[in-house]
Amino acid sequence: MNNSVAKEKIVSLRKKRSLEDMRFKYYGFTAMCLSLAVLVFLLYTIFSKGYTAFQKTIVLLEVDYNQEVLKLTPDSSDEEMEKGKFFRVKKQAIENFFPDLSKSDIKLVKKLFSINVDNEIKDYFLDNPEVINTKQQIWVTAHSDVDQLLKGNSRRDVPEDRRKLNDIQLSYVDQLVEENRVKQVFNNFFFTKADSRHPEIAGVAGSFMGSLFTLFTVFILSFPIAIGASVYLEEFAPKNRITELIEVNISNLAAVPSIVFGLLGLGVLLNVFGLPRSTPLVGGSVLALMTLPTIIIACRASLKAVPPSIKEGALAVGATKTQAVFHHVVPLALPGTLTGTIIGLAQALGETAPLIMIGMIAFIPNIPTGLTEPSAALPVQIYLWVESAERGFQEKSAAAIMVILIFLFMMNAIAVFLRNRFERKW
Amino acid sequence: MSNSKILANSVDVYYGSKQALFGISMDIKEKEVTALIGPSGCGKSTFLRCINRMNDLIEICKVSGSIKVDNEEIISDITDVVSLRSKIGMVFQKPNPFPKSIFDNVAYGPTIHGLVDSKNDLEEIVHSSLKKAGLFDEVKDRLNEPGTSLSGGQQQRLCIARAIAVNPEIILMDEPCSALDPIATAIIEELIDELRLNYTIIIVTHSMQQAARVSQKTCFFHLGELIETGETNKIFTNPDNTKTQDYITGRFG
Repeated sequence: MNNSVAKEKIVSLRKKRSLEDMRFKYYGFTAMCLSLAVLVFLLYTIFSKGYTAFQKTIVLLEVDYNQEVLKLTPDSSDEEMEKGKFFRVKKQAIENFFPDLSKSDIKLVKKLFSINVDNEIKDYFLDNPEVINTKQQIWVTAHSDVDQLLKGNSRRDVPEDRRKLNDIQLSYVDQLVEENRVKQVFNNFFFTKADSRHPEIAGVAGSFMGSLFTLFTVFILSFPIAIGASVYLEEFAPKNRITELIEVNISNLAAVPSIVFGLLGLGVLLNVFGLPRSTPLVGGSVLALMTLPTIIIACRASLKAVPPSIKEGALAVGATKTQAVFHHVVPLALPGTLTGTIIGLAQALGETAPLIMIGMIAFIPNIPTGLTEPSAALPVQIYLWVESAERGFQEKSAAAIMVILIFLFMMNAIAVFLRNRFERKW
Repeated sequence: MSNSKILANSVDVYYGSKQALFGISMDIKEKEVTALIGPSGCGKSTFLRCINRMNDLIEICKVSGSIKVDNEEIISDITDVVSLRSKIGMVFQKPNPFPKSIFDNVAYGPTIHGLVDSKNDLEEIVHSSLKKAGLFDEVKDRLNEPGTSLSGGQQQRLCIARAIAVNPEIILMDEPCSALDPIATAIIEELIDELRLNYTIIIVTHSMQQAARVSQKTCFFHLGELIETGETNKIFTNPDNTKTQDYITGRFG
């Protein structure tokens, strides 16, 4: 064989191999950039659509807390004050809002204010009862249509019949802006109120609490069962046909569409056992069933990862099998188990379909305080808001997506923290 | 002449359909060191693990025949493996301290067996076990540090301390020095020599020098059969079987 020819062949092959190397590196880099770009685009869209929801528009209103109009006296008890005629005060304030309002215009101006203004006027009074018989300048919440107009979300250059606010209302809004009687402030309602038909006073507090209660139920139900099942399967169960079948089916269950679990909840938990509909208890139970396989698979993986020598060491000093498993194997597997559980919970947090099946899609205007109270959940709330026609709900749904994403990031951060904190070397 | 401590009679071991041990019969005397030698895969570890029933952990492993410890049959369904294992300690090839403190490592056995009533008793057992394992002076100031922070040789002595803390009569050692450097090995060998006064020791080793140094009896295994057993001196100087001769002179294995 000719030596120099062979050498040339080797050199050219080497070049080809290093080129291949380069090419693959660039493929990988491009793939990563693409996925990053998609992620950035997604986050940008959500943020740019949703950040305005964290602000609300308020209007300066002059309120005359006249005792005759209120039908109260300065000596009224708290109970009587609760029943003061605040709607009359509000009516009066709006009638005097602009000088020389015609009757028809009063109606139009009224629609610039949120339905919640009654409560705000009342709350201000209850907090400061000494203002009776005085005129007070109070900032009250504007109607969502005004809010959207000022945020630039709804356009004013379309024909009048396609606008929420007609020309007269627009002129009044412009007048308010000119007189500096409107401003935008942090929207506390978004974080303190439950769902509402009126976008300006709708918030995620109700669905957030609902999600929290649901996740609590999921954790309480699935964590102990998953630990028990995986410890049994991994450490105690004989390896035979039946356990093999169970193992395969656990993997299959992990791939069952979530709506099927929702149907199960509807058919069994609601109809057979008669548990209360639309509650975190039922929602959590259904999601627990759905996440169990995921958690069991993660648990078993982390139990498998514990070196058998540790268990042998315990058995060799005369520990029973249960002692060896629960004193040594399970504690070592715990970080992995917890991580798996949190990932399962994160999956449950984002799940919508099964919750719709068991009625957590109902309109719930209160913040739930327990497991058996009807409530919404964050993903369902987003679904409801996206579906709503009012423009004000669009930014709300984007903002709610931000809330759920932050919730998820936090859960994943906790998982990472736990893994790093408790991971032990052996 | 000391008494028989372990009496094995035609022990067969199967892994699934593969037979790993063929009719092993052996007589192990009390307070002696018996070395099991032979090439890899010859079944010496398998035999060792029969004595404290560690083979139970391997699902496909089937043991038949008879092993009597103190005249009590241990290859039977009614054997209480927990009490058997508290009587027969074991030290593994790779040091396997629990990922807990040095103190807890040694204290674990006595605690689960309820050998102690008070904290002081426990401390005493831990200290005396560490002393017997020749580790106490090195670790007495850091008993709360994790056992895994020790060096390999120290870890192995910690495992020996852990084994003797439950007051066994027999200690099984499965290549205890194979993961250690020569100095740590020498320390462990010295320790085995001391422990022989109080315990019956069976050691599996790949090092023939080690077998020659620490043991009184040596058994040579080959392909799952016990080829020859006898006084260590005799096996290493004048073996009866040619296979033994070939192995110890390094002609195979």
